[in-house]
Amino acid sequence: MRIPRSVVQKIAFSALTAIMAVTILTILTIITFIFWNGLPAVSSEFLFSMPREGMTAGGIWPAIVGTLYLTLGTAVIAVPIGLLAAIYLSEYAPDSTFTRTIRIAIINLAGIPSVVYGLFGLALFVLFLQLGSSILASCLTLAIMTLPVIISTAEEALRAVPQSFRVVSISMGGTRWQTIQRIVLPQALPGILTGVILGLERAAGETAPILFTGASFFLPQLPQSIFDETMALPYHLFVISTQVPGMPVRIQYGTALVLLVFVLVMNLSATLIRSYFRRKRQW
Amino acid sequence: MVDAATNPKFLVESLSVHYPDGTESLHNISLQIPRNAITVLFGPAGGGKSTLLRTFNRLNDMVEGTRYSGKVLLDGEDILTPSLDLVALRRRVGMVFAQPVPLPMSVRENMTYGLELAGERRRRNLDRAIEEGLQAAALWDEMKDRLNEPAHAMSGGQQQRLCLARVLAQQPEVILMDEPTSGLDPISTAKVEDSLQSIKKKYTIIIVPHSVQQAARLADWAGFLYQGDLIEWGEGKNLFIAPKVKRTEDYVTGRFG
Repeated sequence: MRIPRSVVQKIAFSALTAIMAVTILTILTIITFIFWNGLPAVSSEFLFSMPREGMTAGGIWPAIVGTLYLTLGTAVIAVPIGLLAAIYLSEYAPDSTFTRTIRIAIINLAGIPSVVYGLFGLALFVLFLQLGSSILASCLTLAIMTLPVIISTAEEALRAVPQSFRVVSISMGGTRWQTIQRIVLPQALPGILTGVILGLERAAGETAPILFTGASFFLPQLPQSIFDETMALPYHLFVISTQVPGMPVRIQYGTALVLLVFVLVMNLSATLIRSYFRRKRQW
Repeated sequence: MVDAATNPKFLVESLSVHYPDGTESLHNISLQIPRNAITVLFGPAGGGKSTLLRTFNRLNDMVEGTRYSGKVLLDGEDILTPSLDLVALRRRVGMVFAQPVPLPMSVRENMTYGLELAGERRRRNLDRAIEEGLQAAALWDEMKDRLNEPAHAMSGGQQQRLCLARVLAQQPEVILMDEPTSGLDPISTAKVEDSLQSIKKKYTIIIVPHSVQQAARLADWAGFLYQGDLIEWGEGKNLFIAPKVKRTEDYVTGRFG
């Protein structure tokens, strides 16, 4: 007996709806759970004061500041390099074995576990280059981890700009660089920004790469220079969840909540930028 | 008529063009493009019209591995020499494409794009170029109050005339047109063709038409290209009324193509 097509379609649609519902429910559950448990801990004192009494009281201010420093520092290093690499790959690189090798390398870099980046950063930046365990070493490590994401999304955004714009610009006496500067980059900017934010968001949330390179268990004061160690939200969360006996659960969830909000805000802004520019796009 | 033999704008001698993948090439083409006239290059698809057109501004170079042999002289200067300043060449030889491609910016910015690339910043010069360019493309009356609107908001016909106006604003010497009316309705097509007739006094125009009828309407000079060879070359409407070569005749009378 053959099942009528309309029934098959209903079954398929229901299955897809169910899968979607599971996905959304999972996210909602996690977010609700963290908010439910963490929100009572969040107060201006929690956000803006130093930890006290072996971190079992007080706030997480140094961890918030540290994560901001690390994210910004990573951006300063990774964005220019990533953008230039993407421009090279999309606009200048010939279609050769060499170029293909670079692309494969980038894709594979994106798949390397973050703890491996941490060990690599320890070996190269902390020890070999003698930067010590510092914000700088951590930012460099996070930047290397973030680069593949930035390069591949930026390259994709550049390639999405119609070739006809380039041809017209060149035919009007534009040099390749003028064309990139005036046409290609502005048109690709929203896509590039999205990629940058998504890459940085990953950097902000990672523990392993900063574990050996610059994150500190506890510091009595905020870092004074890029050669100091720093506290950071993900590592702080790890520490207070596993390393400190008698830690109030409230503080753990409060920290998780702050980290989650930090990352969600970045994610949301990426989405907003993308949809805003997509509506304005002229092609 | 123009004395093409003694003082042509372009002198093409034994030109051959090869693409790296061998898709389309020109074989040993020789001809002279007269100045201040409309030259039509026509023939069936794959005949080399676009390749020849894109040789005049070296746009074929965007395809990596394109090789030229022979000579193409622009006012006596060989434009196939490897050391040629391509930017300078393309300022002298402008191009309008088959599909209107307004750059993703306002009408005004489209009009000034070429001049700004060349470093022109003076508002007065830019404004004058905008008005002259739009006037010449018969767009001024429609566009003068819409200069700050995005160019892509214009109709297809307006966009294509804007593309012509944008090239004219650069004050080139030669205008190349690759089936510029293929996407336009008959009325817009007529407007473009009228513009060409009125600007040819100042410019050398080389056009690949989108039909034999258009070729016949526009031609001061015409060349029939077939599979990379220049089959026939002639002045005025002769090629369409009394072609000398059988293949040309078959094509213009619609027996193949």
